[in-house]
Amino acid sequence: MDSTTSEHVPLRSTASDGLKIVVVGGFGVGKTTLVRSVSEIRPLSTEEVMTQAGVGVDDPSKVQDKKTTTVAFDFGRISLTDEHVLYLFGAPGQQRFWFLWDRLFHGTLGAVVLVDTRRVEDSWYAIDRLEHHGTPFVVARNNFEAPQHDLETVRDALSLPPGIPLVDCDARDRESSKHVLITLVNHLYALATADQEVMS
Amino acid sequence: MSYRALDDEDPDRLYTVTGGRSTVAEDSLDLVTLIVSECDPTPDMQSEHVRILQMCRRPMAVVEISSHLGMPVGVVKVLLCDLLDTNRITARNPSSAAPKASKARKAQLPDPDILKQVLVGLHNL
Repeated sequence: MDSTTSEHVPLRSTASDGLKIVVVGGFGVGKTTLVRSVSEIRPLSTEEVMTQAGVGVDDPSKVQDKKTTTVAFDFGRISLTDEHVLYLFGAPGQQRFWFLWDRLFHGTLGAVVLVDTRRVEDSWYAIDRLEHHGTPFVVARNNFEAPQHDLETVRDALSLPPGIPLVDCDARDRESSKHVLITLVNHLYALATADQEVMS
Repeated sequence: MSYRALDDEDPDRLYTVTGGRSTVAEDSLDLVTLIVSECDPTPDMQSEHVRILQMCRRPMAVVEISSHLGMPVGVVKVLLCDLLDTNRITARNPSSAAPKASKARKAQLPDPDILKQVLVGLHNL
C-alpha cells in the first residue's frame, strides 16, 4: 500500500460530494496509467477483503477455512467544483473482483472498459458483468503501440452493441484520457436525459 | 506491492485494531464518503484514531484514509464508526450512493445536473 504523505494534496474544505468512475481492465492494460494522467494526486492503492463462509456447504460447522477474497485497486482524484470531487478507480477485471463490485462501487456514475486488442478476451467478462449490473459504460482501446485493427473490427470482436461508444486512446496522454472520461460522461448524460419510451 | 503488503499482514493486528469487531458500518459509509475531524486527538486515544483525526482536518475520503493507514477498507470503516459514534468526526455522504432501493436500470442513472458539473470540471482540467 502506498503512503504518500510527502505529496499530500488536501481537498478543499468545502468538498462534500464524492463521485465515482471505475476504469476496468485486465492486468497491464493501462488502468493506472490512465488514472495517473488525469489525477491531481499520485495514484494511491488499497484493498478490500471479503470473507465468504462455506457457501453451498451442507454443514458450515465442519468448514475449517473460510474463503477470503482480497481485491486490490488503485485510485486518483479530480476536484471538479468546490463541492464535487471525482474519484477514479482502476479495478481488475478478474472474476473474484466482481464479488466486491456492489460493496465498493455501488452508486458509481459509470465505467470505462480499457481494452488491449492483443487480449480482447480479457474484456468480454468485464463487459458481461457491467451489463449484468446495469452499470453504463464506454469502451476505450488503449494504444501503447500503433493499433493493428480498425475500431469496427474491435467492436465486432467485443460483440459490442452500436449504442455503446468505443474510442481510441493513449492512456499516457492527459488530453486523450480526458477525452475518454468526457465520452463516458456525455454517454451518461444522453442516457439520463433520454425519453422513457426509448429506454423500453 | 499491495498484494504482498496484505499477505504479510499479521491478521491478529487487524483484529486488535478493531477490537475484534467485523464490518458493522458496512452500509453507512461509502468509499468516497468524505470524513472531517471535529476535534483534536487526545493522548488516551488508540493510534489509528489519532492518525485519522490528524488526516481529516481537511475532508478526506474513506478510501484515501484506508490507503494512508495501510488497512483494508472494511477495517477502516469500523474505526471510523467509533469516531462517528462519539462525534469526533462527521461524514459527508455522496449524493450518488443513495440506498439500493431499486434495482431498476433507470434508477441507477446519475442526476443530469451532476453530470453537467462533471463535464464542466473535466473540460477545465
